[in-house]
Amino acid sequence: MISLNVNGKNYKLDVPQDMQLLWVIRDHLKLTGTKYACGIGECGSCTVHINGKAERACTITAEEVQGKEITTIEGLPEDHPVKRAWIEEQVVQCGYCQPGMIMQVAALLSESPDAKKVINSMDDFICRCGTHTRVKKGVETAIQIMRKEGRA
Amino acid sequence: MNKSISRREFLKGSLAATGLTIAASVTPFGYKVLNASETKKDQLASLDSIAWFKITPDNMVTMFMGPSEMGQGTHTSLAMVIADELEADWSRVEVRHGKARKEFINAVMHDQITVASSSVRAFYQPLREMGAAGRAVLLKAAASTWKVPENECKAFNGTVKHMKSGKSLTYGELCLKAAELPLPKDPPLKKEGDFRYMGKFMPRLDIPPKVSGETVYGLDFTVPDMLFAVLARPPAYGAKHTSFDQKAAEAVKGVKKVFPIPMGIAVCAESLDAAWKGRDALNVKWDRGAIPGMDNAYIEKTIMADLDRPGSTAVKKGDVKKALGGADKKVKATYFVPYVAHATMEPMNCTVHVRKDGCDIWAPTQIQTVPHMIIAPQITGLPPEKINLYTTYMGCGLGRRGRPDFIAEALIVGKVLGKPVKVVWTREEDIKHDAFRSAMSHRIEAGLDSQGGLTGWAHKVVSGSIMKAINPKGIKDGVDMMSLWGLADFPNSPAFNSNISYDIPNFYVEFLLSDLPIPVAPWRSIQNAPNAFVIESFMDELAHAAGKDPLAFRLEALKNNKRAGRVLRAVAEKADWGKAVPRGQGRGIAQHRCFGSYVAQVADVTVNEKDGTFKVDRVFVAVDCGFAVNPFNIKTQIEGAVTLALSTVLREEVMFSKGGVKSANFDDYSPIRMTEIPDIEVHIVKSNDKMGGIGEPGTPPLAPAVANAVFNATGARLRRIPLTPDRVLAAIKAL
Repeated sequence: MISLNVNGKNYKLDVPQDMQLLWVIRDHLKLTGTKYACGIGECGSCTVHINGKAERACTITAEEVQGKEITTIEGLPEDHPVKRAWIEEQVVQCGYCQPGMIMQVAALLSESPDAKKVINSMDDFICRCGTHTRVKKGVETAIQIMRKEGRA
Repeated sequence: MNKSISRREFLKGSLAATGLTIAASVTPFGYKVLNASETKKDQLASLDSIAWFKITPDNMVTMFMGPSEMGQGTHTSLAMVIADELEADWSRVEVRHGKARKEFINAVMHDQITVASSSVRAFYQPLREMGAAGRAVLLKAAASTWKVPENECKAFNGTVKHMKSGKSLTYGELCLKAAELPLPKDPPLKKEGDFRYMGKFMPRLDIPPKVSGETVYGLDFTVPDMLFAVLARPPAYGAKHTSFDQKAAEAVKGVKKVFPIPMGIAVCAESLDAAWKGRDALNVKWDRGAIPGMDNAYIEKTIMADLDRPGSTAVKKGDVKKALGGADKKVKATYFVPYVAHATMEPMNCTVHVRKDGCDIWAPTQIQTVPHMIIAPQITGLPPEKINLYTTYMGCGLGRRGRPDFIAEALIVGKVLGKPVKVVWTREEDIKHDAFRSAMSHRIEAGLDSQGGLTGWAHKVVSGSIMKAINPKGIKDGVDMMSLWGLADFPNSPAFNSNISYDIPNFYVEFLLSDLPIPVAPWRSIQNAPNAFVIESFMDELAHAAGKDPLAFRLEALKNNKRAGRVLRAVAEKADWGKAVPRGQGRGIAQHRCFGSYVAQVADVTVNEKDGTFKVDRVFVAVDCGFAVNPFNIKTQIEGAVTLALSTVLREEVMFSKGGVKSANFDDYSPIRMTEIPDIEVHIVKSNDKMGGIGEPGTPPLAPAVANAVFNATGARLRRIPLTPDRVLAAIKAL
């Protein structure tokens, strides 16, 4: 049995010990906002927060994150500045890679609202629709929202 | 109100009584707009199944879309068309994919299929008519409720108002009454100046649920008691398995069934994890396949050598031999473009439930008619009316999902199991078993007269054939016109509109089908993008040979092509074409027309001549797609197309070895990254000309614009993409 804390809820799960966190989240907790796209930590589509830090759920086993706080896209509040900025800037196209991007940006902005640093970190993400131009705007707008609301 | 709903529901005993349903039946002359009043009572339930939109007493307008939403924003654009003519309140509009059916046939493609940037231009007119019919019948319902003349009533943002008394009723309040009234014949369409939504910024309807993580993509879809299946697939083209350990796979905990199918060996299990572990235990042995020695060097050599084999004549205009013989100056060049993968972010997958009496399919697919009407009936033995194909949201399409191989294999697996099953591809399978954008070789020779005018152009093309897989009869006399789009087109093909844009008095195109066993498929803009790379790079070579400015040279050859000339001039103006650039920098220009739209681009690059690396600093784009239904979406589609095309310029090339695909994942097939993206400025040219598509036409001009910019910066002409630092450096050193 593995104990996990996801989006503030505790779960006890009978899953193989070597199972990647990604598949535990998706297939056992039915939180499908976290996406599978590469399985080797290359594309970022499965990015979640582990104790507030952005990590790739496809390269960590569920066992490794027992006792830690895990947040998925569904657990990031609807009024989070990054989610709002993504809607305001109409960043999304197919949307498949976007939950991972949003989680990455949210984690980095909570450390420091430095647009350049965040955008540079997005080199580790892949999007095939070509939303990159809008992602850059989304990051800048999220920072503006945070500043305006005294969150940064 | 509630009481009256239940009474009406009781009276009609039908789903149609729950609101105003506007549907359309397909006739040989187009679409016939329908509502309940024109439908026989026993067919009312089926009216709902062919609805395009429905207004319900909760004051919602729910739209059921035929085209697939794969990120290109078409659901929002189509919703804008309906909502505008309907005078609906945008905040009360919902869209979803409708179930596959013939009423969704796209008049451009003659199938329910989302390709060739065809959705908005195919459905613009019928959806306007459906929206207008809805508005007219709601007006009538209000006038009859108030017992006032219709011309005293006005539809406005989801309500009908009686202007004299100030009374108003919402569409939700009127929908039940409207459902019973006959649809007015030929309801008036709005004038462009009266559009409420079209031509304006409208936020995309699919974005909020995608941001919250709620959207259900194919891979997210589940059915109770569903099994998971994965396939062990051949490592080389044409390879057959010689042995596999079925017992070892079946011994893995959770594995339910293991069996071979034509595409590989299926391992079905209670969980994906178990299915993968079962597959690992299979220990399949494969033979060496069709061409065991095939690798990239072999492929390039073969396709280039094919240029010396005789092909078939695709276009013959004037006397090209004579024109070249009498030319003042001749220019000759050979180009190569490699295989490129789709690598959509969501790997292929499909969920099916095949039963004796029916079949359900849930697929992230761009193609519905072929799997629904042909493939599923063939595999299951069921008639199409017993087959339900539900389109899920999908993580990008790029043309890959227009090839229904992933649906066919799921049906084969599902038929054996008789239980719901989801077949899942890993990223590695998705890349290795993709059907690629075809590699191509081109050889061109063109002649210029003493004034530097273009007199003749002879062009030979070698390519894999998309047509061979989808419709072999479409290959006429050895020519696959789809592979030539941008250069040549089917006769009388206004929908694709893909002949070369330039006036060339003597023009000859020869085509040869590559016989390599590598499957190919449409890839954002079909072969327009590789063909444009060649045509527009070569136009630059000709301009240089003629001693003319690349813009001026093109405009001379576009005298009879108003729209192409207009976008070129527009982009030149925005980019301030002709201004001096510092050493180490360069500018390139290119234009291309496809799917009815015209796009011109200017790319600015900075090249490091020491190591051959370069950065694309800026891309200016001018686009003419006729009336711009959804201008913001046009911008984002062009940005996306430029970005994806730049990825193919910088690095994308599928690697092969031992007769199969070596590339496997995003580490060795690495698309463009954030900090490589240039500033992209998109200008929409105001146009009253015929509407064109928008998902793809932004792709083709980018590669030649960048290659021409590299030439402008360095003097080195690159005739093969990707423009890797090695190639750029070698071309500079060869000067």
